[in-house]
Amino acid sequence: MTELNLVQAINRTLRDAMHDDPNVLLLGEDIGVNGGVFRATEGLFKEFGADRVIDTPLSETGIIGAAIGMALYGLKPIAEIQFLDFIYPAFDQIVSELAKFRYRSGGQYPAHVVIRSPYGGGIKGGLYHSQSTEAYFCHTAGIKVVVPSTPADARGLLFSAIADEDPVLFLEPKRIYRSLTGEVPEGTEKVPFGRARVVREGSDVTMFAYGAMVPPTEEAAERLARDGVSAEVMDLRSLVPLDEAAVVASVEKTGRAVIVHEAARFCGFGAELAAVLAEKALYSLKAPVVRVTGFDTPFPYALENVYLPNADRIAHAARSAVRAS
Amino acid sequence: MVEPGTRSTAPTASGKPAYPETGLLDAYQLMVLARAADERCLMLQRQGRIGFYAPLMGQEAAQVGASRALAPEDWIFPAYRELAVALARGVPLKAIFDQLLGNADDEIKGRQMPNHFGFRDRNFVVASSPIGTQITQAVGVAMAAQRRKDPIVTIAFFGDGATSSNDFHAGLNFAGVYQCPSIFFCQNNQWALSMPRKRQTRSATLAEKANAYGIPGVLIDGNDLHAVYAAVREARARAVSGGGPTMIEAEVYRFGPHSTSDDPKRYRTDEELSAAKERDPISLLKAELVAAGKWNEEADRKLWEESRATVSRTFEAAEKANPLDPRSVFDDVFAELTPRLKEERAEYDARMRERGLPS
Repeated sequence: MTELNLVQAINRTLRDAMHDDPNVLLLGEDIGVNGGVFRATEGLFKEFGADRVIDTPLSETGIIGAAIGMALYGLKPIAEIQFLDFIYPAFDQIVSELAKFRYRSGGQYPAHVVIRSPYGGGIKGGLYHSQSTEAYFCHTAGIKVVVPSTPADARGLLFSAIADEDPVLFLEPKRIYRSLTGEVPEGTEKVPFGRARVVREGSDVTMFAYGAMVPPTEEAAERLARDGVSAEVMDLRSLVPLDEAAVVASVEKTGRAVIVHEAARFCGFGAELAAVLAEKALYSLKAPVVRVTGFDTPFPYALENVYLPNADRIAHAARSAVRAS
Repeated sequence: MVEPGTRSTAPTASGKPAYPETGLLDAYQLMVLARAADERCLMLQRQGRIGFYAPLMGQEAAQVGASRALAPEDWIFPAYRELAVALARGVPLKAIFDQLLGNADDEIKGRQMPNHFGFRDRNFVVASSPIGTQITQAVGVAMAAQRRKDPIVTIAFFGDGATSSNDFHAGLNFAGVYQCPSIFFCQNNQWALSMPRKRQTRSATLAEKANAYGIPGVLIDGNDLHAVYAAVREARARAVSGGGPTMIEAEVYRFGPHSTSDDPKRYRTDEELSAAKERDPISLLKAELVAAGKWNEEADRKLWEESRATVSRTFEAAEKANPLDPRSVFDDVFAELTPRLKEERAEYDARMRERGLPS
């Protein structure tokens, strides 16, 4: 075990994966000589050279299109999209091509590309360096979407992503890249996809979160505990595939659900979670499902702390759910 | 060495026909078979026996010439009009018809509209409908082969319309930067659905667009099998020897509609079409063979008859194949079914059982 922050854990995992498998290679903007704008690929260019750590021209569709080709040929490309906000020039390559290659070829051409991309607010990045648009990708059949919230999960989920046989969008909560550290295993243990993590057990209400929303949700649980409310905190970790069994089981136990994400509410991932609960846990619910999310506005710059869910809003929502019954 | 933007209409620099003499008749037979299949498929769609079709008529020399200039281990990325490229690669006509029908023998399991076939064992990558997306992917394969030091090339087929797409720009730019073994083969058939070539871009030629990426751009007569073959051979030789990518613009004309959903009378004249048909690639090659004393009208009549019979026989065989297993709709989304997909399949199964139907 080593104490690392989240971006260090990613850097170390990329290095270990590249050591273990000569087919693994990285491509993206400013990831080589410069080591990445967040330093996630620091030192890797020097260690593995320009053939395996490829600085690309400024073209997301070029990055993902080329990564697809490399994957079809049998390499294991890990593409970095510098900010999730800049992924849209590659949207066609991701949703029309990458996610559908296996299906549309009748299984002849699997395309295993890992796309890493920092997402989310709280870094004073404004509209185009802060968004949390995972729902666009979760809506597309054929691509897995995972979001770590701890350094250890970042390592374990990234190992799973690299070992997977399908395309994976690996979303990195940049707000907590360096703000917290944790014990990270030295080995190559994987954290499997589709397995949620109970961060804190509780009996009155379940609070679902992922990525950078996990820490404020934990803080909300602390506040609730002081008021005598026992909140369970579940970190989903993997949005596609979703650990529906764990989601449903927890709400069957607590009878109340609060869903937290920083993306806008309308058609956000929370809508799917709420639908799952309506379909599979309705008779266990003692109160309406509550969503604590970003507003249905574009992401604001100066007022980002107004927009982003925080412990106060989360705890307030949980209290209202508890009070409702 | 081809200079950027040069026009190469002579068969070869030496003036001799480029296509191997012993293979000429075979190439002609393939082109006729492709035309016979094309004509039949348009009718089959009208009869409701296939759902859709995008013909290639007019582009046979470009497709057969390019396909035959490649090695079997080279990777082909088609657009969606490349039936003759596939035939020239050795893909059986039956396999193509299976895809048009989406039957149980279809290698892509009925997942896509007609024309979007793919054959991994022939290094013929599965097609998609978005325009130009295959161009960057073909570059990715070339970058991978370059890293593994495999002496292969990738060739991306696309049309004049695709030169306006994001991926055309990104793909040529990447290939220029990394000097990977890529061939960009543009079949300029003059019409991107209803948009004429002149209004697609202000560029005098499409080939000259390659100049901006530091790539040789070659303009050829795509109706001339020899010119096509020579240009692709040269591009391939340069690519495998580390000389980098090439773009080829093959000037052809789309004799048919964009697809069976299109009526070209809305946007182009019969006169224009008739003029283009004066240079039908099949007629040109036939004239060459006849002039060389290798072919005659009687043999030609027989060939057309046999080709049409082969097409009919093969299509009827494909029609007899079993239908797809409905449950296969859930397969190949991922390597393994997710819990959600298993649940959806179980829902489907349960309903079929309730109705007493096989699931």
